[in-house]
Amino acid sequence: MKSDMQIIIGGAAGEGSKKAGFLIAKLFNAYGYRVFIHEDYESVIKGGHNFSHISVSRDEKNAISEEIDFLLALNKETVVRHGEKLSEEGVLLYDSNLTEEPETNKKKVGIPLNDIVSEAGGIVLMKNTALVSAFSKIIGMDFEKVKEVLKRELPVKTEKNLQVAEIAHQKVEKLKEIEETESSPMPFLSGNEAIALGAVAAGLENYFGYPMTPSTSILQFLCNVEGVRTFQPESEIAVVNSALGSAYAGRRTMIGTSGGGFALMTEGISFSAQSETPLVVVLSQRMGPATGVPTYEAQADLLFALNSGHGDMMRFVVAPGDVDEAYYLSGKALNISWKYQLPSIILLDKELSENTYNFKKEYLVEKEEVAKAENSENYNRYEGEDVSPLLFPGEGGVVKTTGYEHDKKGIATENAEDIKKMHDKRLRKYEKLKEELKDFEVAKTYKEGSVAIVFWGSTKGTVIEATKGMNVKLIQLLVIQPFLEEKIKELFNGIEKVISVEMNATSQMTQVLRMHGINVDVNITKYDGRPFTIEELKKEIEKNL
Amino acid sequence: MENIILPTKNTWCPGCGNFGIQNALKEVLMEIDKNKTVVVTGIGCHGKMADYLDVNTFYSLHGRAIPSAVGIKIGNEELKVICCVGDGDAYSEGIAHLIHAAKRNSNITVLVHDNHAFSLTVKQATSTSPRGFKGSTTPKGSIEDPINPLEMMLSVGATFVARGYAGKVEHLKNLILRGINHQGFSFVEILQPCIAWYNTYPAYNERVYEMEEDLSLEDARKKAREWDYNSEEKIALGVFYKKEKQTFEEQMGKVFKINTEELLEKSK
Repeated sequence: MKSDMQIIIGGAAGEGSKKAGFLIAKLFNAYGYRVFIHEDYESVIKGGHNFSHISVSRDEKNAISEEIDFLLALNKETVVRHGEKLSEEGVLLYDSNLTEEPETNKKKVGIPLNDIVSEAGGIVLMKNTALVSAFSKIIGMDFEKVKEVLKRELPVKTEKNLQVAEIAHQKVEKLKEIEETESSPMPFLSGNEAIALGAVAAGLENYFGYPMTPSTSILQFLCNVEGVRTFQPESEIAVVNSALGSAYAGRRTMIGTSGGGFALMTEGISFSAQSETPLVVVLSQRMGPATGVPTYEAQADLLFALNSGHGDMMRFVVAPGDVDEAYYLSGKALNISWKYQLPSIILLDKELSENTYNFKKEYLVEKEEVAKAENSENYNRYEGEDVSPLLFPGEGGVVKTTGYEHDKKGIATENAEDIKKMHDKRLRKYEKLKEELKDFEVAKTYKEGSVAIVFWGSTKGTVIEATKGMNVKLIQLLVIQPFLEEKIKELFNGIEKVISVEMNATSQMTQVLRMHGINVDVNITKYDGRPFTIEELKKEIEKNL
Repeated sequence: MENIILPTKNTWCPGCGNFGIQNALKEVLMEIDKNKTVVVTGIGCHGKMADYLDVNTFYSLHGRAIPSAVGIKIGNEELKVICCVGDGDAYSEGIAHLIHAAKRNSNITVLVHDNHAFSLTVKQATSTSPRGFKGSTTPKGSIEDPINPLEMMLSVGATFVARGYAGKVEHLKNLILRGINHQGFSFVEILQPCIAWYNTYPAYNERVYEMEEDLSLEDARKKAREWDYNSEEKIALGVFYKKEKQTFEEQMGKVFKINTEELLEKSK
């Protein structure tokens, strides 16, 4: 059996296709395969059509293909929607209790999911366990190994689930023989989990959020994490302002939202800059404008994030491309925000937020200590030429934080000299941050060539896969504000043609690059809410080489 | 005695109702642990309080002082958080925050400097301006009726609801102190005459009276309805309602299900 596999499992919302997809990934993980899951779901609770596309490979492959090897259908719609994607040797697994034999010239295996569940005395939801187990038999997985994984992953009604799995495993014939690998299993994380864990590693104490897809799962995850206080107030405006209060009280605080909520938060982001109160905002982008397409992909809030907050102000804006980078840059953003007392924005998008990746733990994240005032007497919150030492209320000194322009004590001022002085102070912090970033990987490159493909965020996996075998240089931007012009320009030395890849209609990164004097020749964009498949992107790039 | 007022130039109009509130607050601050206290303010004439008091202050955005205060309290429960807001802040721009802070019983004290006008922007109507209020943007007089903040607070579950008057400093000081000592959300509506645009001193001096307290919720509601912020009725001052209830912060403790180090192990 080939070791690169593309699998789709689909069903109606509420049927548990996501969980089933996760179980399949876990099974391959147990065999030492690398896995990646792309989630596609509609904005409904019951019904609709949800599917997980699982990419299985011996080596890391965080992207999906056009053609699939297995289609696992919990309902008829899954067959209708994805049947055409099956390869010549592809296999369709369908519920023979529910669906008549589908008309397809591909290999098909009917599995009586209802019968299996009834035989075990289980509940309807366990049909997905039956389907997963039957699939594992078809590809030649050993039931003892399957059982071990299911036992761990199904902590509720475990025995019943295992009974269902066993019956399903016996009901079908083995069609393939899975190859053993020499690799060990690896942890799985979604981008949102990686963001949460990176922040925790950097000393996160409080996380506030208002539910908004695709950022909600950060709050859902952290409300179960030891040592982190979570709070869901009445609106995103309350989220940002309570986070500013929490940081003033001395707590490392992060907030998360998507475009619409971020729009409401922008006045608070401006307050963070003016008052020099540390603030970290996770902006997980989805298809807009306005409510847009809530559960679908876009990278269209880049320019908004870079310009968020009124007034002359700067932010630290980063865009991770996978879970390792998300973990690392989340911790980095928290440390930077506290070190330089300014707002940070972590740009995610629906794909990175909600897809599941193998986590390699490539980077170490630690809490960096901040400059605290040594003497609390006659404390001036805005003392000095750039970064002022912090003091928190209750520590003895009088701590005055304000959104007005202010003097060093934190008293409002309208004095011309003071206004300029304070503006310069804040800009010097920014210059200091730029200095620090000179030694930081603000962009990554992969491979060499005279054509450069420039990208950011979740397209990373697909760009890497699509350009395999091509002599091109890949340039991934990680830190977008401050934009380290000199350092990034160097990466384009000797490049004859620049192609950008973005999930938006207006080539927003191209606009940023052009502003900094880097020309982009070709813009490859996609804005239908779906990520690029490897083949789709490959074709686009080849056309423009 | 320690001087709690900074030498900052005071720019309130002579005779402004805010002086009365500042005097009351100054007295209060002398009786509590100043180091463990934060005064949060919104934007408007009242907000300047942050620049005048020599205590920890957080000078928030317009309408957003309450969520800032809520966040400070979550950040450090040892702090006493006093939130000064205007009627524009609390009843117009940020009314959702006021309602939700009361609903969840956040352990903060909200003092509303209610002068029934946007004064710093030169006289416009707010949510508590009476019908017919002639402001710079309502030349024919306001065509809206005011809200009754006390009735609203009683409806959304505030556990301490009081009304004071900037012209009765000693009485106000006691109300604020009782509000701060109340465990839970305390709300003190303060009638604050605006000497420049809406001088209510003569009317209030004539109409306010100190009420009998310890009312049931039903009686408190009736009392709150006595004056609807529109009529010429008598105006009751004092604590309308007080109830003991677990604070939001006390209940914030949670069941921890995930240990992050274990998680990475388990996710294999």
